[in-house]
Amino acid sequence: MAARALLLPLGAAGALLLPLAFGNPYALSVVILALLYAYLALSWNLIGGITGQLSLGHAAYFGIGAYTSTVLFADLGLTPWLGMLAGAVLAGIAAVVIGLPCFRLRGAYYALATLAAAVILKVVVENSNELLGGPRGLDVRLLHDAPLYFQHTSKLFYYYVVLLLVGGALAANRWCLRSRFGYYLTAIRNDQEAAAALGVDARRYKLLAAVLSAAMTAIGGTFYAQYALFISPEKVFGVHLSVQIAVICIIGGRGTLWGPLLGALLLLMVVMRFEPRGVIALLGRALSGSRRLSGKAAKVRREAA
Amino acid sequence: MSLLEFRDVTRQFGGLRAIDQVSFEVRENETVGLIGPNGAGKTTLFSMASGFLAPSAGEIWFSGARIDGRPAPEICRRGLVRTFQIVRPFGEMSVLDNVMIGSFLHHRDRAEARADALAVLRRFGMAERAGQPARTLTLAGRKRLEVAKVIATRPRLLMLDEVMAGLTRVEMDEIIALIRSLRDDGVTILLVEHNMHAVMALSDRVVVIHHGRKICDAEPEVAANDPAVVEAYLGGDEE
Repeated sequence: MAARALLLPLGAAGALLLPLAFGNPYALSVVILALLYAYLALSWNLIGGITGQLSLGHAAYFGIGAYTSTVLFADLGLTPWLGMLAGAVLAGIAAVVIGLPCFRLRGAYYALATLAAAVILKVVVENSNELLGGPRGLDVRLLHDAPLYFQHTSKLFYYYVVLLLVGGALAANRWCLRSRFGYYLTAIRNDQEAAAALGVDARRYKLLAAVLSAAMTAIGGTFYAQYALFISPEKVFGVHLSVQIAVICIIGGRGTLWGPLLGALLLLMVVMRFEPRGVIALLGRALSGSRRLSGKAAKVRREAA
Repeated sequence: MSLLEFRDVTRQFGGLRAIDQVSFEVRENETVGLIGPNGAGKTTLFSMASGFLAPSAGEIWFSGARIDGRPAPEICRRGLVRTFQIVRPFGEMSVLDNVMIGSFLHHRDRAEARADALAVLRRFGMAERAGQPARTLTLAGRKRLEVAKVIATRPRLLMLDEVMAGLTRVEMDEIIALIRSLRDDGVTILLVEHNMHAVMALSDRVVVIHHGRKICDAEPEVAANDPAVVEAYLGGDEE
């Protein structure tokens, strides 16, 4: 018991001091991306793991988060900290709009419908040149060291922010698994009709879980936008991302508290086997598909401006 | 007074009339046996009363409210619950967690729901299996769990769909004793059962369904000697 009680503070202290172990910023950036994936997998776990609804469209919420905070910052000067909350609310609404028709479907049909929803959103953003920058994407205006605007030149800043996000997502999952809400979600995963026969309003609880999961995923989207300082439809709405979030959670153990974290850790260990530069390229590809290309496009635009 | 009432209920599946203008009632504190040959429409009646199927025509009333076509969770919250003929445990969850899904209906707090569920399990003689995954139970255990889950919702009327099918004589006697004790606690029971011994032992009244129609509604001894019932079970000339 005593050993268990020590585990949490020790783990937390270790996580806080971890950056000291890294001499170069590349390693830290790999860890940051791995933690972001852990956070996204934990968010996905609420609906995809505990509730058992295999969503393959979570990039939709990630993209909504990234675009909402970025556009609000660019057009209104609103700090992304607040834009992040706006994105979370919008993603929650999107989860209801997507969930109402999709939750009528089961299994593979549900998965495909959510996948389609994310693809549709991507196409919409790609075709909105005026408002959202179209397929080229959007740059986040550089402010250098501006923590109040969710920006910093030091990677340490992002490391601690994403650490906080992971901690929050763990707490949310833990609360969920130990509450009536989580018991109901687990029952729905096991047998929706049997749950309904015991008074569980399955549709309502699935929607609640989806909204919570989507809002958390959107916050991850804002984090990504502020960290990469550039977003494009392919990067933040891409099918890769949707699948990757789900796969990390499934590999680690869906429906469990530590599974999503374990999945991200496995990813990190695989990636760490490579040389640091290769690591960045690999993660970059994993996240977007064409990171170098979009980076070049951004550079060309900056030179033109 | 009447707790559950079917009024001219009809259910059509395409060209097949599974239930044809069936009317009967279940009074408070009564145990009614619903019997009939295979395919008579007993489970269809259950599904309609519990919100899993809407009648094509007719009305179903429970405790003064019309419930046909209402969603299943709402009907459960009103105090009318059903078990499934093919048992449906939440397989990955423990026996205790299964019962807690039922007891959460009256408790938001996990500790209270757990205490309530444990009390139900003790009563069902399953307390020592509380931590075991539900899928590892024997058939008799799963049938028992099916009843424990719905009892945890504290129903006023319990609809049991063949909870004795596939059980040995000893297991059956145990579950008959259990159902008796539930009845003594004031739970009204509507029982679908193939086993005549069980139906006769438990029911105050028997409703017989054949080809979707009600052919008899009487005390068990009367029903057993009714020519129409005998013919339905043993087969008439045309069959």
